[in-house]
Amino acid sequence: MSEHVTSESVSQPEREREPLSGGRPVLEAEGIVVEYGRRPALRAVDGVGLAVAAGEVVALVGESGCGKSSLARAIVGIEKRKAGVVRLNGDDVPTLGLRRRSAAMTGMQMVFQDPNSSLNPRRRVGDQIGDGVRAALARGDRGSDPADWLRRVGLDPAMVSRFPHEFSGGQKQRIAIARALAARPGMLVADEPISALDASTQTSVAALMRSLSVEAGAGMLFISHDLSVVRRIADRVLVMYQGRVVESGVTETVWQNPLHPYTRALLAAIPLPDGAGRLPVAPAETDRAAWLDDVPAALERTTV
Amino acid sequence: MSSSIDPAALTIEGLRIATRSHTIVGGIDLALKRGGIHGLAGESGSGKTMTALAVLGLLPGSMTASGSIRLADAEGPASTELVGASRGVLQGVRGRRVAMVFQDPSTSLHPQLPVGRQLTDHMRHHLGLGKAEARQKAEALLDRVRVPDARGALSKYPHQFSGGQRQRIAIAVALACDPTVLLADEPTTALDVTVQAGVLQLLRELADGGDLSILLVTHDLGVMSAVADEVTVMRQGLVVESAPREQLFTSPQDDYTRSLLAALPGSSFEQTGEEAR
Repeated sequence: MSEHVTSESVSQPEREREPLSGGRPVLEAEGIVVEYGRRPALRAVDGVGLAVAAGEVVALVGESGCGKSSLARAIVGIEKRKAGVVRLNGDDVPTLGLRRRSAAMTGMQMVFQDPNSSLNPRRRVGDQIGDGVRAALARGDRGSDPADWLRRVGLDPAMVSRFPHEFSGGQKQRIAIARALAARPGMLVADEPISALDASTQTSVAALMRSLSVEAGAGMLFISHDLSVVRRIADRVLVMYQGRVVESGVTETVWQNPLHPYTRALLAAIPLPDGAGRLPVAPAETDRAAWLDDVPAALERTTV
Repeated sequence: MSSSIDPAALTIEGLRIATRSHTIVGGIDLALKRGGIHGLAGESGSGKTMTALAVLGLLPGSMTASGSIRLADAEGPASTELVGASRGVLQGVRGRRVAMVFQDPSTSLHPQLPVGRQLTDHMRHHLGLGKAEARQKAEALLDRVRVPDARGALSKYPHQFSGGQRQRIAIAVALACDPTVLLADEPTTALDVTVQAGVLQLLRELADGGDLSILLVTHDLGVMSAVADEVTVMRQGLVVESAPREQLFTSPQDDYTRSLLAALPGSSFEQTGEEAR
């Protein structure tokens, strides 16, 4: 079995390896459009495409209402797509209906924001992680022991027979992560998985998600509005504003030298815990007009 | 205390908050300097919000406070004891001398009342202003917190504003009766970073005005580092460390403070990896 998660698992050099190193992407999405309501329809996602390779962590950032959650849900198939295709290992991902997903589609798993609502309060956590194990078996993949997954996410394996309410928020999210990974997904989609957690556990849960998904060779789409965490765990980043990707590419490149005015404003607004008492820069109302501009050079950025 | 004006707007001494079976806050001391921003940090459950609520006598019925919380008069050396104060005393303090801003402006503002009404109600009650006068003052307040088109905003409802504007309005409501102390409980946690930056600047400006002291409760040490003058770190109902901002962030004395900083990207103690909680 794998060794315990160590602090080295999110070290700098690992993160700076070549993007898309796996070659063929696990997940490909093209021209995704999501609309809500009608007359007039609100276009939440306006033609977004992305690809995630095996063992790669791609982050999706942007302010609330920019369409990042809608995009994630459309990729998994929870949200109806107005246009666009999503392929998982080359197979089309259908929109979820009333029927059970095909076994192949369990190769994509999702971790939601709030573990209080994503875990079943009336079932023991071991049984719920067992759901993931059974999904892996149904797909012809290897099985595993729920207790072992608890150990991997840093909990006591003896806790399998406990119920969700016996755990803290951070522990519950670790269980939700264990359940998703027990299905041995090739692709993990995480929608704000750390924002409901305490500040002191956010970073450690994010680091855990990265190390476990990289170790399993799965691709991960990590959605967060917490930019400092994204910087630490993502290989590549997509910055969304009003339904469109305004800047994308290797995380460190985007951080060191943001090209799009929205990315610049976003990065300048992060308060740093350095004790210097510097107020972050608040963007002026007049700056916002430029955030809608297209900056072609800001897309698909590679090395510095 | 000498005859001169107390340098602290709010002095908490030996504050204990307990339910019948548990101690929530186990005896803390804290002095909020006049015109300063004092940050209260700590993970959830550390007792920081309960400390703020105790100041206003708003603790849940199952909890009792003991110790001392003294609110200094704006002028003169006298002060008011708030722990165990009578209902009458507390009603004169709440919203008048001490005001509070909560995390989520969409729940702290009344959705069915226009903003103008929410801004003028307590001014008319506490300050005895007439309708026109109160409205005029409300307009000036909205200008002060930089809500665009203050006059027009008075007749709008909360849902017609963005999250950041709503929090500015909630701050304006809190400032309406010229309080000396503002308790801000996670005031920017529900906001986007670009919007948060604007609200932080506003808080700083208000404190720099000199007449307002702010107790800022937040778990976000980045926010703390940006605006707080003094920082107190709480854990399990106790103060682990209290120091001027720069000292706390650059040379923390306590292991717990150090571990909090280490878990943060961008701090001087940053280390990668995951530490057990």
